[in-house]
Amino acid sequence: MTAIQPYNATERKGETFSYLPPMTPEQIRQNIQFMVSQGWNPAIEHTEPEKSFSNFWYLWKLPFFGETSVDRVLAEIEECRRMNPSHLIRLIGFDNFTQSQGTAFIVHHG
Amino acid sequence: MAEKKYQAGVKDYAATYWTPDYIPLDTDLLACFKVVAQEGVPPEEAAAAVAAESSTGTWTTVWTDLLTDMDYYKGRAYKIEPVPNDPTAFYAFVAYPLDLFEEGSVVNVLTSLVGNVFGFKALRSLRLEDIRFPIAYIKTCGGPPNGIQVERDKLAKYGRGLLGCTIKPKLGLSAKNYGRAVYECLRGGLDFTKDDENINSQPFMRWNHRFDFVMEAVHKAEAETGERKGHYLNVTAGTAEEMLERAEYAKSLGARIIMHDFFTAGFTANTTLANWCRKNGMLLHIHRAMHAVVDRNPYHGIHFRVLTKCLRLSGGDHMHSGTVVGKLEGDREATIGWIDQMRESFVPENRARGLFFDQDWGAMPGVLPVASGGIHVWHMPALVSIFGDDACFQFGGGTLGHPWGNAAGATANRVALEACVAARNMGRDVEREGKEILLEAAKHSPELKVALETWKEIKFEFDVVDKLDIA
Repeated sequence: MTAIQPYNATERKGETFSYLPPMTPEQIRQNIQFMVSQGWNPAIEHTEPEKSFSNFWYLWKLPFFGETSVDRVLAEIEECRRMNPSHLIRLIGFDNFTQSQGTAFIVHHG
Repeated sequence: MAEKKYQAGVKDYAATYWTPDYIPLDTDLLACFKVVAQEGVPPEEAAAAVAAESSTGTWTTVWTDLLTDMDYYKGRAYKIEPVPNDPTAFYAFVAYPLDLFEEGSVVNVLTSLVGNVFGFKALRSLRLEDIRFPIAYIKTCGGPPNGIQVERDKLAKYGRGLLGCTIKPKLGLSAKNYGRAVYECLRGGLDFTKDDENINSQPFMRWNHRFDFVMEAVHKAEAETGERKGHYLNVTAGTAEEMLERAEYAKSLGARIIMHDFFTAGFTANTTLANWCRKNGMLLHIHRAMHAVVDRNPYHGIHFRVLTKCLRLSGGDHMHSGTVVGKLEGDREATIGWIDQMRESFVPENRARGLFFDQDWGAMPGVLPVASGGIHVWHMPALVSIFGDDACFQFGGGTLGHPWGNAAGATANRVALEACVAARNMGRDVEREGKEILLEAAKHSPELKVALETWKEIKFEFDVVDKLDIA
């Protein structure tokens, strides 16, 4: 058995998938594909890192209702990132059946 | 129109309560019982006796029966069915008129349906298998104080199951040492920690001391991780007044969630607490101590799916459901049957899952099933496959037993969960490829690697005692 490793200072995290290595572009693409295949509406939110604890981040444009093109969603993430390079950016799948978010995870860490 | 004359004496139950031509109304409360009658008692008579004794009847005729409209109020046995592969037992279906029950009171429903009739001598054994609550009755009950959707929004957690851990040893820690264990779990990546059900307010750790230290741990872990977290503060107490006092104190400390043991405390106390939680925006975690006493024997008692339905009506945001894969009893299809009753708005009849009726829940919020008991990282792929995202997975020993401590154990579980969810989203068969998914994830997580090495040999492969009766 490996010797005990100390658990160092707690790291700041960002909910779903934040304990995995940052997603590769291909993994992000597959996750958007999953989101769209569930019938969820993609949306993008972003915020200054120090304000991330709030429920309400800035909404990027409007949710992309009915969007099924993974490429168009990726292009929106890229545009949001270009205009807000220091912000956290998360991708959301709005599920209008449960009136909740089917998923939400950070795609850019600023 | 006085047509009936009073005749004293004892007459067969079947003459009044066996009505095979009856077509149940949408407003009727329907019940399915598994009956083993004493020798010589015909099934129709036994079924009628169940209907009578659980509704308007008694063992003899009484003159006051004629002062009311018994045909309006009586329960009716309307169908009997053989139990597959079991000639000793049969199913009796009984319809009860809505007006037999007080609105919003599962207490009153259970007092009738599982009251005196369970000690009835003409029956060898009796089990309440399922209840169809009419939507008209459901609309009179408060139900979960928040529900799954509201809980997700309050906690800002989407697209994955939640992770918890029961703090151990379950008895004997001081409040400060206990708070330490909570802090380590939460800063390592869990969403929740939980009081063990046995912890109320014993001499070694009074409840208010526990609440103080635990909430400091929760707040610190939230500030450090930037994620929202909670600890199920157990407010179960010897009196309802004391229960509410503990709930108020938890609220004053900023707690997001409290906990209650619904079955030992009773449905009245539980409904009172659920109402308090609804009023105060507090999440309510429900433990189920004592359930196996009444739901494990396949021939006598109350099936867990009935207790589940009653709890959803009485109110709770989390409810222990069994794990299928861990140390506690629970058949896979039967478990899916009752977690559907917790979460869905409509659940169709499905005998392969032990569901005897369609059940319409209307707009009643859902209860989050909690899988807890003898589970560890190797079970994660199966748990994600069986439960999906709307569940809370609780690893007690599977977090605290990590060789590097609670925080590392918590991280191992969080990495395993997220790896399984990500793999599922990317189209992989998580249950079949579980081993590869976990081993790949462990390459980036020494905590997970050590957890996988520690628990690789532990399995719980006893057969279940209470199996579904299916052909």
